[in-house]
Amino acid sequence: MARENAQKLEDGTELVPVRKPMDWTIVVLRVVAFLATVSATVVMAINKETKSIVVATVGTTPLSVTLTAKFHHTPANVYFVIANGFASFHNLFMMAVHFFGDHTFKDKGLQLVIVAILDMTNVALLSSGDGAATFMAQLGKKGNSHARWNKICDKFEKFCDHAGGAIIASYIGLLLLLVITVLSIVKLLKRN
Amino acid sequence: MTENRRIFTTVLRLLALAATVSATIVMVTSHDSTNVLNLTFKAKYNHSPAFTYFVIVEAIVSGYNLIILLLSSKGSLWRMVIILDVVAALLLTSSMSAALAIAQVGKKGNTHAGWLPICGQVSRFCKHVTGALVAGILAAMFYFMLNLFTLYNVLNPLFMVKPN
Repeated sequence: MARENAQKLEDGTELVPVRKPMDWTIVVLRVVAFLATVSATVVMAINKETKSIVVATVGTTPLSVTLTAKFHHTPANVYFVIANGFASFHNLFMMAVHFFGDHTFKDKGLQLVIVAILDMTNVALLSSGDGAATFMAQLGKKGNSHARWNKICDKFEKFCDHAGGAIIASYIGLLLLLVITVLSIVKLLKRN
Repeated sequence: MTENRRIFTTVLRLLALAATVSATIVMVTSHDSTNVLNLTFKAKYNHSPAFTYFVIVEAIVSGYNLIILLLSSKGSLWRMVIILDVVAALLLTSSMSAALAIAQVGKKGNTHAGWLPICGQVSRFCKHVTGALVAGILAAMFYFMLNLFTLYNVLNPLFMVKPN
């Protein structure tokens, strides 16, 4: 069976250049992390709940007040959406670099360093977004008796559930991004 | 040349150690109480889980930094140190932003949720917490610079493998 690019050696055996198999581990992890952060962004960004609460009864007609809970009422949630958006874009960009950049980057060492540094930066960014949103959600769920801040999750259950789901998805994305960063750094170290 | 890099890394680690230790101490010693209309307002750092988390993380990272500074002569663990530095930066940024979020609610309140700001009553506590947060931000910045410098240097690993 004749293979292309085969060199014939003296004793008749063929020398075929071996193409290294593409590293699928990091790509699969990036896809899953991208899905996690995108879903966290979207679920938190469309988080809204409106509730009518009856305040008083005048005669026979009850007076009701309409209260709305939106995600941008808390700056921590806004930062959460921004951080997850950045992380999703980073994952997409890194996948593009992996697929299309292998042939354009002449200096492989520089590409590995840039990937590792960007990964580490986005781990820090995503972790800060997660931390802020987690503790704001904990404050909304339990309140703080010392500061006389009442909990809001007993009135806006769906809002709190959605926010909790978004935060959990973001933690999964963060964990995967940390694993990807460690793998990128290991790849960088192995090169030397 | 390699000696300069080693000195720079050690200086960054010392600065980060100073920042984390001071953040821990300033946050732990923050407490205030006022009497307003026969009501006593007491504020302490462990009234909020975000501040408790902040103190715990800063203490852990200080201890880790101290151990790494004392062990810096051994060159065989440097790969693990790079990865642990990334984890430490992750923890620092998460704790700093959580404490910042809760402090922002304490300072400005949240009209939508009906949360009143507390900095008017316990202003000394607020100032203390602000100082601790500034130290926490500095620590996160130093750790980030340390990580960047370490990753940049991995391409030229002369100063790490060279036996002392």
